[in-house]
Amino acid sequence: MSHLEIQQINKSFGVNTVLNDVTFSVEEAEFVALLGPSGSGKSTLFRIIGGISQPSSGSVNLNGENINGKRGSISYTPQTSSLMPWRTILDNVLLGQEITGNRDVEKALQMIERAGLKGFEQSYPHELSGGMQQRASFIRSILSPQSLILLDEPFSALDEFTRLDMQKWLLSIWSEYKRSILFVTHNIEEAIFLADRIIVLSSRPATVKKEFTIPFARPRDEAILLSDSFLQWKKRIYQEMREQ
Amino acid sequence: MRKLFQKGWRPALVLILLFIIWETCTNIFDIQKWLLPAPSQIIAEAISGWAVYSGHLASTIKLIIFGFSIGSSIGVVVAIGLHLVPILRQAFYPLLIISQNIPTIVLAPLLVIWFGFGMLPKIIVITLVCFFPITIALLDGFRQTNRDLMHYMQMAGATKKQIFWKLEFPHALPSLFSGLKISATYSVMGAVISEWLGASKGIGVYMTLASSSFRTDRVFVAIFLIVILSLLFFSLIVGLEKRLIKWKPKEEGANESS
Repeated sequence: MSHLEIQQINKSFGVNTVLNDVTFSVEEAEFVALLGPSGSGKSTLFRIIGGISQPSSGSVNLNGENINGKRGSISYTPQTSSLMPWRTILDNVLLGQEITGNRDVEKALQMIERAGLKGFEQSYPHELSGGMQQRASFIRSILSPQSLILLDEPFSALDEFTRLDMQKWLLSIWSEYKRSILFVTHNIEEAIFLADRIIVLSSRPATVKKEFTIPFARPRDEAILLSDSFLQWKKRIYQEMREQ
Repeated sequence: MRKLFQKGWRPALVLILLFIIWETCTNIFDIQKWLLPAPSQIIAEAISGWAVYSGHLASTIKLIIFGFSIGSSIGVVVAIGLHLVPILRQAFYPLLIISQNIPTIVLAPLLVIWFGFGMLPKIIVITLVCFFPITIALLDGFRQTNRDLMHYMQMAGATKKQIFWKLEFPHALPSLFSGLKISATYSVMGAVISEWLGASKGIGVYMTLASSSFRTDRVFVAIFLIVILSLLFFSLIVGLEKRLIKWKPKEEGANESS
């Protein structure tokens, strides 16, 4: 049984169909990238998985249980770091736990140190760089009790160098804590470098065009970014995306 | 202190210059004291007349504090109520605006007729001028809640109560303070106007007595007292804001002194 199953989701607003028969799954502790052009209905899909809006038809199952319209079952990290500016980093990181119940300050401090944010526990988000804020908001997701993490283009606002560092950091944290991750991006390289599986979405109405299983062994080194097979993959996926 | 001096010397200089021109003009043109007293005469009256107006001043300050606390509490409660119940918001928003279009100067005598000369009608007047800026500012603050953060809270399964206390209210706090700042100065005006219309004590009374007996110097003393009170009150709110909202990034170049 898969961890998250998206079954034949359709969503239309009036005559405008946004999602058309979207079906895919995420296994336990798997890293899945959702690749699609901007405006392909990814955020609508996220709203449905997060339970904020209802699909026109189809179902979302988590651990075999239907979670259509049920909030709080997944942990979500938006595009911008979305830390609350009036909370210190420590309080921000604990927010996910606070909503569902207990604060575990000890573990939070540990994670903050692990993310290289030691000394910033009592700082406010505006005192941190973009990459640091993004790391803090990712810690918030890891600390939240939900076992599935949705990442919505988390690195799109960062520059190339910071992004690569963040990708490596994300992989190392993920291999340690083993959560299921659904990662949305429109960057092909990023998807290949990070994911176990890539799901390519077509543009409106969004539907699953193709699924690729990425064979690169873990832990992955940034050296593979320049290897021939990596470029082959990039080419294949690029061609797939170009075909309409 | 040095920062205050660096920032404040220009406006202070302008004020001093203005007073000097005023002083020399009254001397050169030989203007009567009851028409326009010189600044020196006003200052002299402010010092020697302390015993006369200190009672009035205390009474007005008390009235402002009472009226402002009640008015701003009502403003906050109304804003939260209208925000949490959208139907109420639609129903009452026009009434809110209408309430501000009734001239206070017309309403105040009516309130005196209904409620007598006690504290109550005065507090009602101050409340009426105070609550509106707070309610409007706070409602705007609630409405401008960051959508990404809202999204996050909803996805995380936050209840309506959690969303309000953990997101909407802290987010609207700066807006609340901009409302409070406006109301703080309004409340001083409101207090003086309400005293004009019937009271035994207060700066408003002191002012009416002074003007009807052609003690123009005392009228000016009253004006300066009102200005000082407003400024004091305003800076009190600003101080409170600085203590409570530490998280706002400093504006670029705000500390620059050129």
